[in-house]
Amino acid sequence: MIILGIESSCDETAAAIVERGRIIRSQVVASQISVHSPYGGVVPELASRKHVEAIIPVIDKAVRESGCSLDEIDAIGVTCGPGLVGSLLVGIAAAKAIAYALDKPLIPVNHLEGHLWAAFLGGDPPSGPSVCLVVSGGHTALYFVKPGEPPQLLGTTLDDAAGEAFDKVAKLLGLGYPGGVVIDRLSEQGNPQAVSFPRSFLGRDSFDFSFSGIKTAVVNFVKKFGSPLDSSKEILPYRVEDVVASFQEAIVDVLLEKTTMAAERKGVRHVAVVGGVAANRRLRERFTERAMEKGWDLRLPPLAFCTDNAVMIAAAAYEVWKREGFCRDLFSVDALSRWY
Amino acid sequence: MSEKYTTRSPEETVALGRTFGSRLKPGDVVALWGDLGSGKTTFTRGIAQSLGIPPSIPITSPTFTIINEYLGTTRLYHIDLYRIRGSEDVESIALREILYGNGVSVIEWPDRLGIDGLPENRWDILFDILDENGRLITIEWISTGD
Repeated sequence: MIILGIESSCDETAAAIVERGRIIRSQVVASQISVHSPYGGVVPELASRKHVEAIIPVIDKAVRESGCSLDEIDAIGVTCGPGLVGSLLVGIAAAKAIAYALDKPLIPVNHLEGHLWAAFLGGDPPSGPSVCLVVSGGHTALYFVKPGEPPQLLGTTLDDAAGEAFDKVAKLLGLGYPGGVVIDRLSEQGNPQAVSFPRSFLGRDSFDFSFSGIKTAVVNFVKKFGSPLDSSKEILPYRVEDVVASFQEAIVDVLLEKTTMAAERKGVRHVAVVGGVAANRRLRERFTERAMEKGWDLRLPPLAFCTDNAVMIAAAAYEVWKREGFCRDLFSVDALSRWY
Repeated sequence: MSEKYTTRSPEETVALGRTFGSRLKPGDVVALWGDLGSGKTTFTRGIAQSLGIPPSIPITSPTFTIINEYLGTTRLYHIDLYRIRGSEDVESIALREILYGNGVSVIEWPDRLGIDGLPENRWDILFDILDENGRLITIEWISTGD
């Protein structure tokens, strides 16, 4: 089973060819980060326009580098949501066109389930059930995954995604885009205990997240002590490095405690963390420590598979196909901005 | 005529949103003006409850997706223009179809549309941060057309 995976839900236009959900034949990612950088975030119109420009060359390159002919491809897996509708539609239209023209079946893939399968690439999939944290710019969600079954959502953010909080705080402090990367780097020189930002756990039993409060706490902090963007302030009474390190620590604390609680409640020893924020070094460090303490089999995908890519979509498409088969009606496939 | 309210917690902001939301009719447009962290999404959560959207459905920030749609007794479009940069961007998200449709539209960061980009008849809600938890919320009905 050879699957062509296509991903265009946000910044990245990506295509990959993967055999049996495991063997990566080719992978191509065209990132728009340099296009968006002056704007401090993904701008949807730029995003869809760039996807339109990139999609065909990216797919072409993936096919060429795989050594497969289009005929040898058995199916096409495409991200249908959640994401920016305009961006998603570019990938979906390309997938439908290829499927229709070559008479190949289509497999709609949930972007979050894609992230989830990224954790198991390049190793054996876990032998038993696992708890998986998907954490990125647009999403923060905890899943319980039993082999061969659809992932079960345990909890999700009730307001902002963790990565969104990183982006907004970075913008507030004038640090640039992508916020997660900048804060990760600056935090190394900061004291994570310098400022005590609130950790929201939403009650003892909740698997849901809330990151709006900590964003507001940083807003209040800057209001009180002055902004690095305010040129009339020559000397700030704090170090920006300390603020971002403390902010990052609060976010990682919440993610780590919720995931630990989920693993314990569900009685699993397989734990995975995926999505763009899983590239954060402090997060990786803290989760690795916790895994040693608790005896987890912890999966943190390589950095290239943390951010959006199409390998994970092809891998997830394989799992969806095993579970549900192909999509029956090619033309019914549509983009969904929210899909959990 | 404008009404002013002071809320002392996010819960009070949700409650105010709920009370305000019960006045809304299909087709109404609500523009939320205020800084990052001033309570716009929290207020929208209250509006959603008043439109019959089950509290089990989280009203999450639409910053990433730009438009989130919810099915209640009236359809709710929760729009966030934070990342939008100009009229060209606006054209790409089918905003007019939504603003002049039958749902209730709640818009965060409406300044991105420019003064002419907003409907002549709308609700303006202003959010001012008073202190850590205190918010001054001003509700005003705007009608500039004839």
